[in-house]
Order: sequence, then structure tokens, then C-alpha cells
Amino acid sequence: MTDTATATDARPPKHVVYCGVCTLPPEYCEYGGTTKKCSEWLVANHPDLHSHLYSEDAATKGMSNLSLDAQKRAEKDAQKKAAKAEAAEAREKTQRAASKVYIKRVERNKRKYVTEVSGLEAFGLDLKKIAKEFGKKFATGSSVTKNAGGTGDEITVQGDVSDDIFDWLQEHHAEVPEDNIELIEDKKKKASAGP
Amino acid sequence: MFKKEFVPGSRSKVKSSAQRAIRAKVLETYPKLEPHLDDILPKKEQLDLLKIPDRVSLYCLGGEPLFWQHMDDPVMPHLKVIHKYPWAFPRIRIDRGAIRFVLSGATLMVPGLTSPGGRLPGDEEAGDGYGNGGKELEAGEVVVVEAEGKETACMVGVLKMGTQEMEEKKKGPGIENGHYVGDGLWKLDLN
Repeated sequence: MTDTATATDARPPKHVVYCGVCTLPPEYCEYGGTTKKCSEWLVANHPDLHSHLYSEDAATKGMSNLSLDAQKRAEKDAQKKAAKAEAAEAREKTQRAASKVYIKRVERNKRKYVTEVSGLEAFGLDLKKIAKEFGKKFATGSSVTKNAGGTGDEITVQGDVSDDIFDWLQEHHAEVPEDNIELIEDKKKKASAGP
Repeated sequence: MFKKEFVPGSRSKVKSSAQRAIRAKVLETYPKLEPHLDDILPKKEQLDLLKIPDRVSLYCLGGEPLFWQHMDDPVMPHLKVIHKYPWAFPRIRIDRGAIRFVLSGATLMVPGLTSPGGRLPGDEEAGDGYGNGGKELEAGEVVVVEAEGKETACMVGVLKMGTQEMEEKKKGPGIENGHYVGDGLWKLDLN
């Protein structure tokens, strides 16, 4: 931090550690709303930095030059932010538990099928990437398409690969619980589906 | 500017002539970056141009965002670049009380810079490299904002008011629409 005009040249780049929880540099974690988790992460990954940043001493030093009023406001604000972040997390969790992944086999032309996978986005997966993966894995066409209602996107894979997709999801994306995956075969057409 | 998280648009490769133009522009805007320019923008590497909402284009190298530009405004560095080479940019400092506002996307107001915790260039006693060689910064210049008691920069933006004027007025907006740590651009995942 003590640079003069002459010392600026050809210094190696500074390496900055970023928090694994909120992605901010650790000194700004307190403004991210997930301070507690960030602190835990820092203990686990960079204990020396943690002792430097979270010591009693540092906290009082930082606060001392703010007026009492401003301190109170800042604290209140931080609390509100933390509560907000917590609520958002809880909401996401329940949403995740409730949301389902549907793997649907649709008859296209007598013995030919396409497989439609919907609901993956609720688990934070990138549909475009997964579609590409499917295409590669099954060596078929695979794309992201609008679903029937036009309300969202789904992945359409050519061919009947519903069971394989089920297995693949469990193997590569364990964050999608097995119970939340549902296989659907179009009932009416099932009769003509053969074996 | 990036208060909300966004979805990036199309990604395309930058022509090598355009790449040279960007290089020249960066060098012109940030002359102190010159010794590091080959590390940041290697001559032979293929840059990518990412279109993001509000007519901002983001230049990145592989998965690393480097610079962004809003229409024909000055080219601005991404904060991760600033964190690596903090000494290569004109810097100012805000006091502790202002940090939380900046990090929630508010316009940076001048009192946060003129108070005892803040630092402006041109100050005799600024020290710590904030003096900028005793030169005042003009409105429209790109400036990196650091924070009292912190080592890394928290924001980058274009000055709305010259620093001389700030010293005199001590109120009003200082930087609008900057890029700060934790905003949409910061959280953008390129992979």
C-alpha cells in the first residue's frame, strides 16, 4: 500500500483470497449477510486470515471512529440483511424439497420416442449445459425447448432414454434427490409401445 | 449499474484488430498499467466479447472477466483485475460508514470521501498513495474506490464531480452507477 511513482513498475500481481461462501474478499464478508458462515469458512480454509480479521481488537478498532448513532444503524442494517439472507436460503430449501424433476417419454411416431426432462432448473442446474451433456452421452439430438404451456424450458432428448437419464442424474447430480425424480410414460401410447 | 443479477447474452470472439484497439485504449486510460498489460491482455490470446444487459460489453479471457465498457464510455477494469494491480489506478478512499451503502449499490456520496476517514487526491496529508502526485482528478475520470481499514478495493466508477469541487462542496453524488464487489457483474459466472 505504500507506493510511489517509481515503485509501481513490474510488481507481481497481488493475490487476493475470496470467500468461498459469499465470494467477496473476506474483509467485506460482514456486509454480505452471511457473516457467520463466512467466518466458519475462513477458519477452515485460511485460519491466519481469520484470526487477523475477526479478532476482538479489529472489531473495536473499526467501530470506534463511527458515531454511536451510526454504529447502531449499521448494526441494525447488518441484522436485517442477515435475516433476509437466511430467509432466502430457507425458502430455496423448501422450494427445492417440493420441486420435482419429470422425465417424460413421449411417443413421436409409433415406435419412436422423445424424452422430455423438466424441472431441473429448480435445482440450480444449467439446462443448456445438461442438454449438451445428454447429447454427447446418448449420441442423439438434445436441445432446450419451450414446454407445452410456454411457462418454462425443458430438455428434449431424441430417443427413449428415460431410464438412462434417471441413472445419470443420480450419478452426476446427487443434489437432486431420488424421490424427487418422476418417470412418466404416456399412458395411452404405452399400449402400443411394445416390449 | 449491475445491482441486479443478470443473464449474459451472446458471446463472440474479438477480432485481433479490435483486440489491439482495446489494448491501446486500456493503455491510454490507465498508463500505469503498462508493465502488467502483457499479463492481463496477452497479445496472442483470444479475447471474448460478452454482451450484457444495458448495452454493456464485457471483455474476458477464458473464464476471467477483464474489462467492461458501457457503450462508448471509458473502458473499466473488472474488480478482480483491480485487486491484482491496485497500484495501477487512481484511487480514492471512503470512510467506514459509507461501505455498507456502497456495497448495497447506492450512489457514492461526497461526504463519505471528505470526512476524516476518506481520502481524496490532491491532499497534502493523504499518504498511502492516495495523493495521486498532488494532482486533482476531473469529473469523468475512472477511479477506484477503496475503503477505510480495508486493503482491497470495493468499487470502481466514473467521477461525477471533480475532486477539487468535492473538497469545496462536501455534498452531492460522487460516483453513480459503478461496479462494486458483490454486484451482478461480480457474481457473474462465465463457465
